[in-house]
Amino acid sequence: MTKQEILSLRKAACRVRMGVIESTHAAKAGHPGGSLSAADLFTYLYFKELNINPTAPQAPERDRFVLSKGHTAPGLYSVLALRGFFPWDDLKSLRQIGSHLQGHPNMNLTPGIDMSTGSLGQGISAACGMALSAKHMGKSCRVYTLLGDGELQEGQVWEAMMFAHHYKLDNLCVVIDNNGLQIDGTVDEVMSPYPIPEKLRAFGFDVTEVDGHDFEQLDAAFAYARQVKGMPSAIVMKTTKGKGVSFMENQAGWHGKAPNDEQYQTAMDELNAQLAGLEAE
Amino acid sequence: MADSKNTATRDSYGNALAELGAEHEDLIVFDADLSGATKTGTFKKAFPERHFNCGIAEGNMMAVAAGAAAMGLIPFASSFAMFAAGRAFEQVRNSIGYTHLNVKIGATHGGISVGEDGASHQCCEDFALMRSIPGMVVMSPSDDVEARAMVRAAYEHKGPVYMRFGRAAVPVIHDADCFSFEIGKGEVLREGKDVAIIANGLLVAAAVEAAQALDGLGISARVINMATIKPLDEDIVLKAAKNCGKIITCEEHSVIGGLGEAVCALLSEKMPTPVKRIGVNDEFGHSGPAAALLKQFGLCADNIVEVAKVLCSK
Repeated sequence: MTKQEILSLRKAACRVRMGVIESTHAAKAGHPGGSLSAADLFTYLYFKELNINPTAPQAPERDRFVLSKGHTAPGLYSVLALRGFFPWDDLKSLRQIGSHLQGHPNMNLTPGIDMSTGSLGQGISAACGMALSAKHMGKSCRVYTLLGDGELQEGQVWEAMMFAHHYKLDNLCVVIDNNGLQIDGTVDEVMSPYPIPEKLRAFGFDVTEVDGHDFEQLDAAFAYARQVKGMPSAIVMKTTKGKGVSFMENQAGWHGKAPNDEQYQTAMDELNAQLAGLEAE
Repeated sequence: MADSKNTATRDSYGNALAELGAEHEDLIVFDADLSGATKTGTFKKAFPERHFNCGIAEGNMMAVAAGAAAMGLIPFASSFAMFAAGRAFEQVRNSIGYTHLNVKIGATHGGISVGEDGASHQCCEDFALMRSIPGMVVMSPSDDVEARAMVRAAYEHKGPVYMRFGRAAVPVIHDADCFSFEIGKGEVLREGKDVAIIANGLLVAAAVEAAQALDGLGISARVINMATIKPLDEDIVLKAAKNCGKIITCEEHSVIGGLGEAVCALLSEKMPTPVKRIGVNDEFGHSGPAAALLKQFGLCADNIVEVAKVLCSK
């Protein structure tokens, strides 16, 4: 990637973060913390990695993305809006009656959503079914899924991991957002999923570890994953929950809480300052 | 009544899958280490490249099937009813029901006729669980002819379907040459005016037998095969209530949440009518030969006759 490309992704990620703050503030609910930790990943996927077309969201040969950690829908909605799947202003309707932006993703309502998720552990299984089917149907598309680190506590995740390896789903890329926090506290004090890379390797994945806020590292990891053959790949991202909004960073309390008017203003001021800094680069 | 040897509807399921598989390339099958028992092994023998074992992981299997349906394939996912509807309920609810994806669940070993395996494997709650999911079609065939036609109808139907098949061999009561099946349509097998017996699964044959015995006692019993529990054929129930004035429901399922309650719910709102529900009375089954269990739990022609006699004497 050129420096210009990276700068462009960083600006887009900043806008995605603004969308998360705007939508959860308008909804007075939602999950900003994990949306912000995954904002760079969402941006990388939809602006660089995925073979998708906002004007043809159902194109049969498109790559699929399943947000297994469905509660971070505000982050996904924000990137879909920025990418042109639907108008940016829709974000303000998050969680409202009549909105296509449900509290958790609904594939039948929102353009660009490939699978309805929200109940943890199921998205990765659906992604496995998609990857298996793509191979069976001779399609060259790839399937990506994002899981939270707390989500790894769901037993179904490991059923799916076994399945992915058993059927040699090398068209599947599993991404783990290791921000270290879940609702009740840190993941290791609630129910430790560590060591994550070692567990994934034991389940037959080719694992790369990255800083989930570093586009160069993400770029290298996804390029590597593309050429893995005969086994599924995984990317374990170290991230900061609430990344980009100082008072939300590394605070479990911002898992599922919306900013009030004052917090909204502070967060938007910070993000606007970050964007201005990037524009000046 | 057709004259043919007894067949378990799980065998019908496996045979129908193999038949349909030859016609439709997009039909694939998932199983959870029970291919020999669910009879998806019959399909596997014919189309090994379209049969995917998921291992003993039913929750994952259901969501995998949802993913396959999202790609445009038509997956049939199978396990015992206890694990397909019970263990994987929430995966079925969220990944198949809420999405309204085109997944067909073929659950075998429903009810207490599972027999010797005992209560842990005798699922008498699957109709209740599956009925509670919006948009889910819930069916249970009475014999081989109907089961095979049902699998075909499920394939053609757009949206999620739950089918329950049995382990025990049951008589064939339909004539394959002149049988047609439609989802959501009940079937009058025998006309009658004093009482209507509405049954599904292996109790349909028992209901026919009971109606013949009741004839000798001067009670004219209508027999309705209600293979589709949801959506319920309301017209056929209301007509039976109007014509006969008394209803008996029979199912190899808990009296809570199944066909009996579906009929009662309809009648209480649209045409209050006396109903007696024959089913498993809010208790668990236990080990034993299927025939003996069915008799012990009153899921047999003799008990239907007794219930009808009491109901008609009032």
